[in-house]
Amino acid sequence: MSYFNIIRNGIINENPTFVLMLGMCPTLATTTSAMNGMSMGLATMAVLICTNFVISCLKTITPDKVRIPVFIVVIAAFVTILQMVIKAFLPDVDKALGLFIPLIVVNCVILGRAEAFAAKNSPVAALFDGIGIGLGFTLGLTLLGICREVLGSGAIFGFTLLPETYNILLFVLPPGAFITLGFLIAIVNKLKA
Amino acid sequence: MEYILIFVSAIFVNNIVLSQFLGICPFLGVSKKIDTSLGMSAAVAFVLTLATIVTYLVQKFVLEAFGLQYLQTIAFILVIASLVQMVEIILKKVSPALYQALGIFLPLITTNCAVLGVAILVIQKDFNLLQSVVYAFSTAIGFGLALTVFAGMREQLELVKIPKGMQGMAIVMLSAGLLSLAFMGFSGVDGGLRTLFGLD
Repeated sequence: MSYFNIIRNGIINENPTFVLMLGMCPTLATTTSAMNGMSMGLATMAVLICTNFVISCLKTITPDKVRIPVFIVVIAAFVTILQMVIKAFLPDVDKALGLFIPLIVVNCVILGRAEAFAAKNSPVAALFDGIGIGLGFTLGLTLLGICREVLGSGAIFGFTLLPETYNILLFVLPPGAFITLGFLIAIVNKLKA
Repeated sequence: MEYILIFVSAIFVNNIVLSQFLGICPFLGVSKKIDTSLGMSAAVAFVLTLATIVTYLVQKFVLEAFGLQYLQTIAFILVIASLVQMVEIILKKVSPALYQALGIFLPLITTNCAVLGVAILVIQKDFNLLQSVVYAFSTAIGFGLALTVFAGMREQLELVKIPKGMQGMAIVMLSAGLLSLAFMGFSGVDGGLRTLFGLD
């Protein structure tokens, strides 16, 4: 499989949001606006690329029985690094995503890719898988964020499109996350059929 | 009074699944049947309460005592993972019946973000130990309530004909949205209780 195919696979065939349905907690919680969705996607992608690469490098020396704890420690280490970097340089992002930055540790996308791809493939391939799946996740979150922001606050990335009287507050609130994602999945199903 | 407020607000007002989006994976994954969702809720209630106590003590007596707060994420996830493993081993020895009932759900709990989420939340909210325990336990009940009600809805959904594009996850998400909408009806109850108890 060429590296281009690995990336395309991550974005389309195995899109984590619409096909694999992994990492639903941050998907639903942080997509109140397009910007928040994209920041969460990029943060997850940064961790995913690093962990995929390191786990793939360690695959020959990791005993099979303790591989899951090893994966979790590697993931937790990178999440801690990311947490500190975001806190220091991007305090706004830290405030918007809050609890969901440390919770990247338990995001099933990351552990899932470590187990399904990185533990079986070469470090470079794992790196590209991280980029592909990360882009797919970012794309999914940004798309959901755009839909919710347009419907809920009449704006895209903070630029106002609709006057305030046409806003549907529901879409920024928790139920809106479930409903928007439900319809987006239905649209994806329709396009695939 | 304060504890009643934490209890009510964690179950109804700020429901962990439907308004804070923690523990969505098991919420969507094991809500096909009411029986399995009850088993999962019991296992989560057990581990969540225990994990919150242990991580609270680790935070206060290890991390804060030695100025290692930056290791919180790594320390907590390791504590939770080993705790789940330990609970599984002890349960197998002490109460085989309970192990049979909870068995398959226990390993899934390590990656349930509600457990790590609550452990971090009680530290962020600056709760004391008793408040943390009450919060963790009521959160777990809130999780169980949402999971069981949702399982009931999905059992009913099995019986109806759903348009093709909506089948599978799409209709599940929409139903979850409606349930979440219903729980939004409780918003403001905590404020009312606060006034009633005179905590303002």
